[in-house]
Amino acid sequence: MKKKSLIVLLAIAIVAMFSLSACGGGSDAGSGAAEGDSDIMVGFICLHDENSTYDLNFINAAKAACDELGVEYQIRTNIPEGQECYDAAAELVDAGCDIIFADSFGHEDYMIQAAKEFPEVQFCHSTGTKAHTEGLDNYHNAFASIYEGRYLAGVAAGMKLNEMIEDGTITADKAKMGYVGAFTYAEVVSGYTSFYLGAKSVCPSVTMDVTFTGSWYDETAEKEGANKLIQGGCVLISQHADSMGAPTACENAGVPDVSYNGSTVDACPNTFIVSSRIDWAPYYKYCIEAVMNGEAIDTDWTGTLATGSVLLTEVNDQAAAEGTQEKLDEVKAQLESGEIHVFDTANFTVDGKKVDSYMADVDTDEAYEGDTEVISDGYFHESEFRSAPYFDLQIDGITLLDTAF
Amino acid sequence: MNNSIKEPFLHITKRKEMAWQKAWAIRGGMILLALVICAVITASTTELSPLAVYGTMFKGALGSARKVWVLGKELAILLAIALALTPAFRMKFWNLGGEGQVLVGALATAACMIYLGKTLPNAILIPVMFIAAVAAGALWAMIPAYFKAKWNTNETLFTLMMNYVATQLVAYYIIIWESPKGSGKVGIINQNSEAGWLPVIGNNKYLLIILIVAAVTIAMHIYLKYSKHGYELTVVGESQQTARYVGIKVDRVIIRTLFLSGAVCGLTGWLLVSGSDHTITTTLAGGRGFIGVMVAWLAQFNPIAMVASSLLLVFMTRGAQEISTIYGLNQSFGDILTGIILFCIISSEFFINYQIHVRKAAGKEEANV
Repeated sequence: MKKKSLIVLLAIAIVAMFSLSACGGGSDAGSGAAEGDSDIMVGFICLHDENSTYDLNFINAAKAACDELGVEYQIRTNIPEGQECYDAAAELVDAGCDIIFADSFGHEDYMIQAAKEFPEVQFCHSTGTKAHTEGLDNYHNAFASIYEGRYLAGVAAGMKLNEMIEDGTITADKAKMGYVGAFTYAEVVSGYTSFYLGAKSVCPSVTMDVTFTGSWYDETAEKEGANKLIQGGCVLISQHADSMGAPTACENAGVPDVSYNGSTVDACPNTFIVSSRIDWAPYYKYCIEAVMNGEAIDTDWTGTLATGSVLLTEVNDQAAAEGTQEKLDEVKAQLESGEIHVFDTANFTVDGKKVDSYMADVDTDEAYEGDTEVISDGYFHESEFRSAPYFDLQIDGITLLDTAF
Repeated sequence: MNNSIKEPFLHITKRKEMAWQKAWAIRGGMILLALVICAVITASTTELSPLAVYGTMFKGALGSARKVWVLGKELAILLAIALALTPAFRMKFWNLGGEGQVLVGALATAACMIYLGKTLPNAILIPVMFIAAVAAGALWAMIPAYFKAKWNTNETLFTLMMNYVATQLVAYYIIIWESPKGSGKVGIINQNSEAGWLPVIGNNKYLLIILIVAAVTIAMHIYLKYSKHGYELTVVGESQQTARYVGIKVDRVIIRTLFLSGAVCGLTGWLLVSGSDHTITTTLAGGRGFIGVMVAWLAQFNPIAMVASSLLLVFMTRGAQEISTIYGLNQSFGDILTGIILFCIISSEFFINYQIHVRKAAGKEEANV
């Protein structure tokens, strides 16, 4: 009898405590939240927090864009890919946000749900695929031509392999790279293929093994994956997963590493070569300015080298081959001018044959059938028919070790 | 006498029944202490006013109508899991498998939505989903119960391990159902047709969930307090020997109680998939199978008191999330505050049940805390 009421009273006591202190600190708390409606307010939803390199990259861009434009913002971190995402979006609307961004692929359906419910608020989702078929005025997708960044990172990797071949560390036929991927869908396939093609453009004998972890952030699995690749004879590692697992494994084993999402040179001074990343700040600025000016936002927006969305970190001379920076500048200029294309059909084969035609699955539907011809003018047109990647060909020279995910 | 016997510096004895005024003084004191410790930590590690931080937590949990509804839904889900664990705990069967039992219930629900969503109307589909989820959860809990009843295996480890099996089972089916292929996510199931979605009543999508859990709470209270089953499982928990002596079939009671425990977990999985998230992920239960243990313990296995203890935990979680958003603090900061407050609440029960005697240099004087 007594115990029952004890707990009830206990909870009431705590709530009462909090409400008292709420009155005391009300004015202070107010300065952090949105007050005036005169300005634009921006909301961000992140899957993890700054401990994930992926989310850190978004958070940095969010702060940079909002500070530059002088707008108020709220960042909600550790939001899972479930109903919590919808709840977070709705609460950001309540807090006065005019535009809300989410950063993870699995947030998409919940962002669409919120977009349908709040037509006066703009919802922008990075890496998603459904905006162009959903037909909502206030729901938008964005990505960047990160395959160009990965191609450049691949060039740096290929030059490192060439250096190892020249100084006799390995023979040309032993030039095998390893790649730790998260999942097996187009975003990852496009990434590792462009990385491989970049390396192949300077080191023709290169091959690559790819392993998958089944998670975007699993430090142990990524580390084990990298170790497995190194034991399997890979002499250089890259990744498309978001923890420090693979770079750490490389530093421990003394194997050169091309990381992703940002520089890992502090933790890996001896093995880090270069990293590609997407800078989301240009996209955030574009969208927020559009809302400020009452203009429409593109349904699908693809950042490029030219918009400053695709970046390479500084090359680490400690690990990179000589002349890497000069070569990267040269190839970057060629990519920007359109002189070379990453997915030039002359540079890869599938089952030993050149590919002249491919129907890609651009419009998401239940059948996963190809619906759009994406090869013309001698190259695969990635991120042109929608922003998110759709290159999912399994090209020769790359071996998938496990495709469970 | 004092010189001949060496007395330890501290020793602890169990108290007799304490006057309720005194017990409440201890509880209130510990909560005050918790708030003071939190304030000191906030002031010393951040440049924020502790009062402002408390205020923000309060606003984060209850600051708008929507926040109250979300709080209500989170409370309902956590409460449902704690309720599910309670009959097993009263029987002193340590069911740590709530996480897995919720997940298999959710998995069964999702399977029905995916495979039957196009053929059955909601009026039939939703009951089918319900039955499938309850059966799956019950089965998942009955496996360790059967082993316990027949061979006296350790139920703590067994139920715990069943969580991992359930997580992997869900991971396996996610790969079968994922959209698009290779992305590792199922996404919202039947987003356009809303097949298998719980209906929205009273203009709020979480109201039905809250009402269902309220009904379960009352039913569980009646079951435990007034039914013969409820009495039997308490007797089994007190002493299996006594239970056998008075003619209770202990094996049957164990299996029957775990059937109920798992069934309510399965029901929670059904609520999560059909009523709230409309998807299936390996993290759908989100650790609530374990937090539910704490909710049940804090309320000393009383279903009505669990409403308050789940409110406390959900309030803290939601408040902690708000301070990480508003002040740009890492979420771990909110977790630290929650940890301190819970630690103090739990230790107040210690001080109510036990007395600490401190040896005094002079002799027999006692200080109790």
